[in-house]
Amino acid sequence: MSFFEVNNLNVSYGAIKAVKGISFQVNQGEIVSLIGANGAGKTTTLHTISGLLHPNEGTIQFAGQDITKSSPSQIVTNGISQVPEGRHVFSGLSVMENLQMGAFLRHDHDSLQADYEKVFSHFPVLKERKNQDAATLSGGEQQMLAMGRALMAHPKLLLLDEPSMGLAPLFIKEIFEIIQQIQSEGTTILLIEQNARKALSIADRGYVLETGKITMTGRGRDLLNDSAIKKAYLGG
Amino acid sequence: MEELIQQLFNGVFLGSIYALLALGYTMVYGIIGLINFAHGDVYMIGAFIGFFLITNLHLNFWVTLILTMGMCALVGMLIEFLAYRPLRHHGAPKITSLITAIGVSFLLENGMSFLFGGDSRSFPQAIKLVNFKIGFIHITNIQLLILIVSIALMVLLQFVVQKTKMGRAMRAVSVDQEAANIVGIKVDQTISFTFAIGSALAGAAGVLIGLYYNSLDPLMGMAPGIKSFIAAVFGGIGSIPGAAIGGWLIGLIETLTFTLGISSWKDAVVYAVLIVVLLVRPNGIFGKKAGEKV
Repeated sequence: MSFFEVNNLNVSYGAIKAVKGISFQVNQGEIVSLIGANGAGKTTTLHTISGLLHPNEGTIQFAGQDITKSSPSQIVTNGISQVPEGRHVFSGLSVMENLQMGAFLRHDHDSLQADYEKVFSHFPVLKERKNQDAATLSGGEQQMLAMGRALMAHPKLLLLDEPSMGLAPLFIKEIFEIIQQIQSEGTTILLIEQNARKALSIADRGYVLETGKITMTGRGRDLLNDSAIKKAYLGG
Repeated sequence: MEELIQQLFNGVFLGSIYALLALGYTMVYGIIGLINFAHGDVYMIGAFIGFFLITNLHLNFWVTLILTMGMCALVGMLIEFLAYRPLRHHGAPKITSLITAIGVSFLLENGMSFLFGGDSRSFPQAIKLVNFKIGFIHITNIQLLILIVSIALMVLLQFVVQKTKMGRAMRAVSVDQEAANIVGIKVDQTISFTFAIGSALAGAAGVLIGLYYNSLDPLMGMAPGIKSFIAAVFGGIGSIPGAAIGGWLIGLIETLTFTLGISSWKDAVVYAVLIVVLLVRPNGIFGKKAGEKV
């Protein structure tokens, strides 16, 4: 069995079926990208993995455990944390307090300090702005804070929802470099992106999601060179 | 002039009670966007619990205060659990919760009237009244007690909200429930905790007002409830310092009408000032500019 496995997942909002029986796996240590257009069901999938939505059908398994019915806090405790689309940092709370919220469920207080330092080494700007209200950060800095917050939960699997959205190209480049660094330190990554070129270029494997169904899968670089994908997602 | 200064002092004491109540309104609004109209009735329940603890169990004031706060916390959690949580989980529109809050308020008022009668009772004198005279100002030990207990509770609240893990969770849930869920905060538990704290403060206010006015009845929460809600709006609903300042302002405005000889207009004056404040500062004194969250 894979490290992380979604089987025949069906999720609806009332009468609207957003995800229609998708299955995919993530192996330990991989970066897997889920690409697709707006409304393809990417965020719904991620929210279901995090326990914010409940599937009508299907299972989600992580590290040998069925987590389909787990609560969001159990899922975080099990080792899956999410960097949500649109960043969702806690405004009104300082940068440091935002990071503390990421470690909300941890009880190993002794190792926390080392993790703060690790987050600050990935994102030095957060250390500089440690006492600043998170709302005053730029979009790119907020993305970094949202990632730092998720890392503070010490995840085994990190879910990233559109980390490049609304960011300047320079920031996008930096964020994707950091994602690769995080992977190299041993965290498995499931990346959701509309920016298919970027996402596939760092992915070990990729899945293409179209209107709630997976239509194609393969190695990241193979998908990047696929003519159908080129046409649909990479601008020709 | 002496009269004016005396009334200013009285206003501060009365305002402390409004402030304690306003904090509960503002905290609950801050976290789930609900105006908990039953909040004034929790204050009434607090006065009744205090009454029974002192009259029947002969407990002293401090023990009564702490036990009442604890029991009111449970009452608040129960109200949230039975009335508001099911609606929230079903994604009911906010207006439904608001109407439910009004329903809970009526239920508590009429339920208490049914159980204990609608007549006014006299609150036992758990602390012997002592009058002080500082210069020309008359102050009683009970007034001082109200002020000190209120300030102590507000400092404690500020500490809980700013410095503790649960306080950070409360702030996180109030700014972004989805993100709070994502980092693993138990949102329901945090909301329940917020009701507990707000209701405990209302319970304290109930005991203090019982001691101050020597009387209690099942409808005693209506007028102070509405005025404290106004105090919270005044200060900027959702803002904790705002609620405290708003409470004191309402107390001051109300007692000043006595000095001006228009005490029969006191409620009208409070509402008029509210209207003016909201025209000038629609979000209240400390209110954030942020509109509806999306």
